[in-house]
Amino acid sequence: MEKLLAINKLSVDFTLRESTLRAVNKVSLSLDRGERLGIVGESGAGKSVLGFSIINLISKPGRIAEGSVIFQGEEISAYSYEQMRRVRGDRISMIFQDPMMTLNPVLTIGEQMRESLKAHMEVSTAQANEICLEKLRKVYIPSPEKRLEQYPHEFSGGMRQRIIIAISLLTNPAMIIADEPTTALDVTIQAEIMELLLELCETEQMGLILITHDLAVVSQVTQRIAVMYAGTIVELGRTEDIITHPQHPYTIGLLGALPQRAGSSGRLNQIPGVMPGLARIPRGCPFKNRCSLAAEICATKPHLRKSSSGSEAACHMVGTEQSTAA
Amino acid sequence: MINFLRRLRSSDFSYYFFRDPIALVSFAVLLVLVVAAFSAPLIAPHNPYDPTTIDIMDSELPPAWAAEGSRNFLLGTDDMGRGMFSTMLYGMRISIIIGLGAVLLQAMIGIVVGLLSGYIKRLDSILMRIADVQLSFSTYMIAIFIGATFQMVFGVANYEKIAAPLLILIIGLAEWPQYARTVRASVLAERQKEYIEAARVIGLSKVRIMWRHILPNTLSPVLVISTVQVANAIMSEAALSFLGLGMPQNKPSLGSLITSGFEYIFSGSWWITIFPGILLVTLILVINLLGDWVRDYLNPKLYKG
Amino acid sequence: MLVRIRNLVKEFDITGGWLDQFRFSGGRIEREKTIVRAVNGVSIDIPEGRTVSVVGESGCGKSTLARTVMRLYPPEAGEVYYREQRIDNLSSKELKPFRTRMQMVFQDPYASLNPRMTLGKILREPVHFHQPKLAKGEVRDRVAAVMEQVGIDPDWQSRYPHELSGGQRQRISIARALTVEPEFIVADEPIAALDVSIQAQILNLMMDLQEEHKLTYLFISHDLSVVEHISNQVAVMYLGCLCELATAEELFSGPRHPYTQALLSAIPRLGKRAGHERLSGDVPSPISLPPGCVFHTRCRHARERCRREIPVLSEVEGGSRVACHGVEEGRI
Repeated sequence: MEKLLAINKLSVDFTLRESTLRAVNKVSLSLDRGERLGIVGESGAGKSVLGFSIINLISKPGRIAEGSVIFQGEEISAYSYEQMRRVRGDRISMIFQDPMMTLNPVLTIGEQMRESLKAHMEVSTAQANEICLEKLRKVYIPSPEKRLEQYPHEFSGGMRQRIIIAISLLTNPAMIIADEPTTALDVTIQAEIMELLLELCETEQMGLILITHDLAVVSQVTQRIAVMYAGTIVELGRTEDIITHPQHPYTIGLLGALPQRAGSSGRLNQIPGVMPGLARIPRGCPFKNRCSLAAEICATKPHLRKSSSGSEAACHMVGTEQSTAA
Repeated sequence: MINFLRRLRSSDFSYYFFRDPIALVSFAVLLVLVVAAFSAPLIAPHNPYDPTTIDIMDSELPPAWAAEGSRNFLLGTDDMGRGMFSTMLYGMRISIIIGLGAVLLQAMIGIVVGLLSGYIKRLDSILMRIADVQLSFSTYMIAIFIGATFQMVFGVANYEKIAAPLLILIIGLAEWPQYARTVRASVLAERQKEYIEAARVIGLSKVRIMWRHILPNTLSPVLVISTVQVANAIMSEAALSFLGLGMPQNKPSLGSLITSGFEYIFSGSWWITIFPGILLVTLILVINLLGDWVRDYLNPKLYKG
Repeated sequence: MLVRIRNLVKEFDITGGWLDQFRFSGGRIEREKTIVRAVNGVSIDIPEGRTVSVVGESGCGKSTLARTVMRLYPPEAGEVYYREQRIDNLSSKELKPFRTRMQMVFQDPYASLNPRMTLGKILREPVHFHQPKLAKGEVRDRVAAVMEQVGIDPDWQSRYPHELSGGQRQRISIARALTVEPEFIVADEPIAALDVSIQAQILNLMMDLQEEHKLTYLFISHDLSVVEHISNQVAVMYLGCLCELATAEELFSGPRHPYTQALLSAIPRLGKRAGHERLSGDVPSPISLPPGCVFHTRCRHARERCRREIPVLSEVEGGSRVACHGVEEGRI
C-alpha cells in the first residue's frame, strides 16, 4: 500500500530562558492510505506536540529541530507558511478537544463552514451550501438546513464536535489528525463520536491519527498504536498485539493500571513515580527510573526493535527472560 | 533574608525585570526621586519651612546658569525667595506622602468592601450601589465641598495645620470604589475554586475564609492598581492644590508650587512653574510605567483603574 | 447505616440580581424566577465501611448531591441523617462536630489547594481549628503521620502546592481530609483530572486508607470502569433523579434501567468493539424538566404512562432498585 504520511526522526525543541527542551525526540512513524493510527500517552508525553508538528503548527518558542514530514510524497515540513496553509484544512484536517475553541461564537455554522470551504476552493455560495449540507448529513446532524443558520451556542457539546468533524470533511481530506476529540464529552456521546469517526474513515478511505490518553478508546478505533513516553515512542505495533501482549514495561504498566484489567476489588497495578518533566528526562532509557526491570544497560538509549509479539519496543529488556516474567 | 534575595535573583520576576530597559530606568528614576524627597531635610541646601532663612530680597531669582542667577540657588527662587530646588524636594515629599496615604486609605476601605460584597451575597447589591454612587461624584466636587467647609469652620490659619491629613481623607474617600470593584471581581473568581469549598468543609468561619484564604489570593491585582492609584492620587492632590484647595503656600506640594508660579509666568519667571511641573510629570510617568510593567508581568485580566 | 439521604432536593436560582426578576407582561409587572432543579428527590443509604458510588453524565447533579450532603449547599427539601441524627437542618455551629467526621476530596488538584499556603499550613489548619488545645508538637506529629500515610515526604511541609505534580496534590488533598480523622469521605471525581498511571496510584491509596481507617466513601465519578472497580454499591443519576441503585456486581452484570443499559454499553472496553446502544437526542434542560419520567424523551421503551407519571424506585428481583415503569411492568 502507498504511504500517506512518513515522519522521519522528527524532533521538536522548545527554547526557554536558559535551556532547550526536547518535547519530541527523533520520532519516526508512517501511515498508509486509509490507515488509523493511535498515539497514546500521558499528559506531557509530547503526543499533542507531535500532532501539531506534523502540520507545522508549532508556535514559538517551539520549533522543528530536525527530521522531516513527508505527506503524499511532498516534504511538507520544509514548506513555507503559505504553502502549508494550503495543505492544512485541505488535505489534512485537524480536530481538537474543545469544539468551542475552534468555532467562532459570533458566526453561524453555515457562515463558518462556507468560509473554510472558500478558503480552499473556488465555489459559488449555492454550491458551498450544497457541500455543507452534504457533510452535515454525513455526520448525522438532524435537519441540517435549519442547523446551518444557527450559532455554536445553540448546539450541545456532542453536536458541536460533529460540526467540527463536518467542517474537517469539507475538503475531502486524505488524513485527519484528532487530538483528544472526545475528552471533554460524556461517555455516551464519546461512543457516538468515535463510532462516527470510524465509519467516516472507512467509507472515505481517510487516514486518521488519533491522539489520546485513553487506551480503551484507541483500541476500539485504530489499527496501530504508538505509545509515547517523555517525547519518544516506546512501543509501536498493531493494536491487538499491543493490547494483548504489550512488550515495553511502560505499556504493560499503563494497561495494568486500567481498572478493567484488575481483578474485582483488588489493587490496581500502579507504575511508581511520575513521568519526568522535559528538563529532567534521564539519559539513556527515559523510563528507567520508574522501571522495575532497569539494569545497567538502560543507561544507553534503547531503539525500537521487533519483539516476539510482532510490535516494536524501545527496551533493552524486551525478549530477555525478565520481561516475559513481568 | 539571604535566602530570600537568592530566590529573588533566580525568580522570573527579576529575570524579566532586568531585561526590560523601561522598567529598569523607571525604577531607577523613581528610586532617586523618592530617596531625594524623603531625605530632603538632609540634602536640601535651604529649609523652605524656616522663615528666618528666607530673604524676600532673593525672590524671583532665575536659575544659576542664567545671567542674573545666584550660585546659592541652583534652580532659582520663587516669589517668596525660597530656593526652588529645596522647595521642590520638600514639596515632592508632601505629594508622595499624600499620595501613599490616600492610596492606603482607599485600599483599606476598598478591600473590606470588595471582600464583603464578593463573598456575602446579601451585601453585594447594596455595597456596589454605594460604590456606584460614590463614583458618580467627582473627586473635585467632594474636595471642594469638604475643603471649603473645613476652611470656613476652622479658619484659614488652622486649616493649614490639618491640610495634609484632610487631603488624604478626601482623596482616599473619593476613589475607594476602584479597589472595591477590583477586589470583588477577584473574590468572585476565587470563591468558585475548590480550596474555598475545602475550607468550608473544614468548618472555618466566613471571616476566617475571607481573610486567610481569599484575601491573599486577590492581592496581585490590588498591587497592580495600587501603582496607578498612587499616581492618580498625586495628580488629584496637585490638581486640588492648583485650584487653591490643597496644600497652603507656606507648606507647598508640587501642585501648589505650580500654582504659585503660574502668576509669574508672564512676567518672565517661568522657572517657578516649569521645574515643579517637570518633576511632577516625571514622577507620575515613572510610576505609571512601572505599574504597566507590573501589570504585564502578572498579566491578570483585570479592570484598569 | 452511616448516612441516610432521604428525598433530597436542591434547586438553584439562576435569575440573577433581584432587578432581573421582574418581567413586564400583560400590563402587569410580575416577579419570576428561573429555577434549576439539580437534585430531584434522591434517596440513598450509605452503609458503614462501604463505598457507594454515584455515576452519571455531566449535569446530572451528582456533584451537587455530594455538596448538598456535605452541606456546602443547603437543601430545599429532604433530609440527611448521620448515624440517625438529622444534620441537614443544623446551623453551621451545630454542624461543627460533624465536620471532623465527614470530609471531602475534590476533583481539581490545581484548584483545591490554596496556592498561597504551604503544605504544612494547609494540613495544620483543620487540626488547629477543631482541636485548638492540641500542643504544637502533637499537631506536627499528626500532620507528619498523615503525610506519610498518603505517600508524601513529611519534610515537604514548607513547600507550596505549585511545586507538586497533580497526583501529589491530590494526595495532599486526601491528607487534608484525613487530618481530622473522619469516618466518612465524599470524593467528588477525585481522579478525573489525573493521568491513567496516577489514577491507579490514587485509587489504590484510597482503597488502602479505607481498609486502614475503616472509612466510608461516597464516590462521585463519571468513569464507569473505575466505579465498577472500587464500589460496593452504585447509584445512577440522570437529570437530578436516581434511575437505578444496585450493588456493583448486580449493576454491571445486569443493568435494568434503560439509561443504565445505554451508559454501560458506551464504556470503551479494551480491544472489544461492542456495538453500543445509541441514545436519541440530547439531555433536556434542567430548567424545565420533562413531565413524568425524566428519561422518556430519549428512551426507546417510552409509553404514554412514562410521559405522565413519575416512576418511583422499587425493588426488582436480584435486589436492585429501579425507577422505571417499563421494568415494573415487566416489558424491559
